[in-house]
Amino acid sequence: MSTHHHHDHDHDHHDHAHPTQPDIDGPLTYHQKLEIAIRELMIEKGILSADEVRRTVEAMDARSPAGGAKVVARAWNDPAYKQLLMSDPSKALNQVGVEVGLYKLVVVENTDKVHNLVVCTLCSCYPRAVLGLPPDWYKSRAYRSRAVREPRQVMAEFGLEVPDDTTVRVHDSTADMRYLVLPKRPKGTEGWSEEKLAAIVTRDTMIGVAEARAS
Amino acid sequence: MTPARFQPGDRVKVMKADVPGHLRTPWYIRGHEGEVERICGFFANPEELAFNRHGLPKRALYRVRFAQKKVWPDYAGPAGDTIDVEIYEHWLERA
Repeated sequence: MSTHHHHDHDHDHHDHAHPTQPDIDGPLTYHQKLEIAIRELMIEKGILSADEVRRTVEAMDARSPAGGAKVVARAWNDPAYKQLLMSDPSKALNQVGVEVGLYKLVVVENTDKVHNLVVCTLCSCYPRAVLGLPPDWYKSRAYRSRAVREPRQVMAEFGLEVPDDTTVRVHDSTADMRYLVLPKRPKGTEGWSEEKLAAIVTRDTMIGVAEARAS
Repeated sequence: MTPARFQPGDRVKVMKADVPGHLRTPWYIRGHEGEVERICGFFANPEELAFNRHGLPKRALYRVRFAQKKVWPDYAGPAGDTIDVEIYEHWLERA
């Protein structure tokens, strides 16, 4: 890429190169065209309204890891709730008002002996109901292919060294289950409220590429 | 819906098939042996759903646990490390 852009108009020139956002995103793909065609047809036929489509997209985008953090924090503070979360995640989510979504959730617990990591090698299945939209790296080919084959190296690149006496269990989310990692409760959090605990339960700790930390 | 053919703890082998279609059995696990970790439930067959068919009767879906060292001969981690994959019953045979 050149470090200097030529413009045919007067412009404030900086002496550093700056990234530009192209005005046009490029041609639509086959599936983008298909989606637009079907959406417009359904709106035209009165099956859906444009506002319903917009609201649904908005609701999907609004989901966040807060739902997951809430159930993890409660499980840390309440052994009975933790048992329920492990044995019947849908019921446990319902209890705290987190929408379960379309798929069955499986909760896998990190302990001193076992560390869990979630991936979807076939596409990008992700527990959206509890974590919201997946991060871009989760959908990348590099993560999807390497997380199954060299999970310890991948986690090390995220800054997490899992000791050899801890078993690493990778979960490939290939079909109808979605996986949520229940991270280990860090030391130094004794007596913390559920809200305070939820704040340290980040997205990455519930995918398994990080551990929760007290600070 | 027929009852699940395998139970947790059963040794199973994934079919080594190269068939066209919308498959949920990753290539890297075909032909490998593992142990049923749990029965996930019964679901309409996604290989049929993908082509707008009903996918019935529902099929048993299992979580099968494999030893990483067996799946990847050059696996660098300890022998106890595992990979769990969800596999539909029609892809499994008794090992």
